[in-house]
Amino acid sequence: MIPASLIPLPTDPEVAARVDRIELPWNRHGSDPYGVDKAELAKLYTLLGFFYHRYFDIDVYGAKNVPPHGRAMLVGNHSGGWALDGIMIIASAFFELDPPRLAQGMAEKFIHKLPFFSSFSSRIGQFTGIPEHAVRLLEDERLLLVFPEGARGTAKLFRDRHSLVGFGTGFVRLALQTNTPIVPFAFIGGGEAIPTIANLYRVGRLFGVPYLPVTPYGLPIPLPVSLQILYGAPIVLEGSPHDTDDVIARHVERVRSRIADLMQQGRELRERKRKVGELELG
Amino acid sequence: MKVLVTGIAGALGRLVAARLAEGGHEVIGIDVRPWYHPPEGVRVIQGDIRKRPAEDVFRTQKPEALIHMATVTHLTHRSSDRFRINLGGTQAVFDHCHTYGVQRAIFVGRHTYYGAGADTPLYHGESEPPMAVHTFPELSDLVAADLYAGSALWRFPDIDTAVLRLCYTLGPLRQGTLAAFLRGPRVPTVLGFDPLFQFMHDHDAARAIVLALEKDLRGVFNVCGPPPVPLSVLVRETGRSTLPLPEMLLRPMLGRLGLPRLPKGALEHVKYPIVIDGTAFRKLTGFTPEFDEDATMHAFRDA
Repeated sequence: MIPASLIPLPTDPEVAARVDRIELPWNRHGSDPYGVDKAELAKLYTLLGFFYHRYFDIDVYGAKNVPPHGRAMLVGNHSGGWALDGIMIIASAFFELDPPRLAQGMAEKFIHKLPFFSSFSSRIGQFTGIPEHAVRLLEDERLLLVFPEGARGTAKLFRDRHSLVGFGTGFVRLALQTNTPIVPFAFIGGGEAIPTIANLYRVGRLFGVPYLPVTPYGLPIPLPVSLQILYGAPIVLEGSPHDTDDVIARHVERVRSRIADLMQQGRELRERKRKVGELELG
Repeated sequence: MKVLVTGIAGALGRLVAARLAEGGHEVIGIDVRPWYHPPEGVRVIQGDIRKRPAEDVFRTQKPEALIHMATVTHLTHRSSDRFRINLGGTQAVFDHCHTYGVQRAIFVGRHTYYGAGADTPLYHGESEPPMAVHTFPELSDLVAADLYAGSALWRFPDIDTAVLRLCYTLGPLRQGTLAAFLRGPRVPTVLGFDPLFQFMHDHDAARAIVLALEKDLRGVFNVCGPPPVPLSVLVRETGRSTLPLPEMLLRPMLGRLGLPRLPKGALEHVKYPIVIDGTAFRKLTGFTPEFDEDATMHAFRDA
């Protein structure tokens, strides 16, 4: 992602008006207590709007499953060689929800070590993925975006694009600790947008990123394909965050199988084996 | 109340002393630096807190409370001296408090204790460990002094000890770490990084320290004022302009060409935020800052 602050993009006034409707405690400089900046958000969403509405052909199903207010955790699969999925989920939370919401991802640590990416991520509310941030944001009634597959999820190759790699367990303990509903989602088509054939780990390290995905045409530039996002009904887990690993693992499996089911439905939809009316989003 | 203030001749020390005197307290100060015309109700004894005459002040004056502000924070100061003053001095004053029956002790520390890095959280809580030791080794004596002062809570349970971790102070005094960083018309920043900076008005800082004394605080507390702002906003609102330089260039240039001299670790504090959560202090003392972020920045600019 190119930092929008560097591009002299005009801000779409409609998008700016929509940013005004995001329910966050803005001060008179137009920023919130975490340094999220309205002007930067307006630039970001103007830029994302082009990709979201024109470049890709995106269909979103079950957006009403995302709570309009209060804490919630969007939990889904990684799809595509880099965080394109996360960026489009952030765009969908802004363009599809009413009032629009800022989805705050839990970014990889390396992002905040890179010049420009650091300042830009900070202004658009994408903070380093540490438990302290997650707890604080949820207790502030925000919308958290979590990919429990982590960086291994984006490293999936084209042939593995419909798979799910191992889930971390932190998000479940977090949900139990903060009493947060989990909104499962599936993101379909990222593997087609960025068809990774190999990941270059050593070259990546030179640039300060974990790896560099390579596509048949070289650079990991996304292709203008169709993408599907399916939001399932919120899952409210019951238990203690201090339960033993096997109890937590059962919660993780419940969320994971729900996401796998949404992915299967999305894939059938994409391959025209299922109609929109036949979707079961709960 | 009879209050002993160490480091009273510093800019913030003078404000605290004046405020205490106004509030009807009897103030005695110790500092190696002179304060020629202290206000009424303030007596200043020039000397080193680690030396005999300082102990005599405890013995003969019998203060009821101590506000310990005699720590060296200037990073240009020779580090062996800093270590001796910051640690030896803190040890000496807490020992004297115990020996001579001081009931309350306040240690004024810094929020830089928490350190800055790509993976440090926004809004540090008091229970977090001092990452500054790792990210900014030059601060280790201040971190050690902070922890040492905190140990008084169990070593001397009869003394009500409060360790305050203050965010940067800014305002008309134009003194302190942040003011020094913002001194010139062009402030060097690391290209591509724009961390949040948290600061409070000089007068709010002094008021918070006095409140900590009057409210019988016990424990470790973050003390902060208005919400933080990005460094770029801070530079703009204080009438300066940024000089964004790539880190590779900035590192060797520090201390040259009119740029401020900063130790290596300080660059982390220009790249990443240190933001503290001051909820506990506010709840217990009822403290709310009188000056918001704009008023604070403009007070510094216009002074």
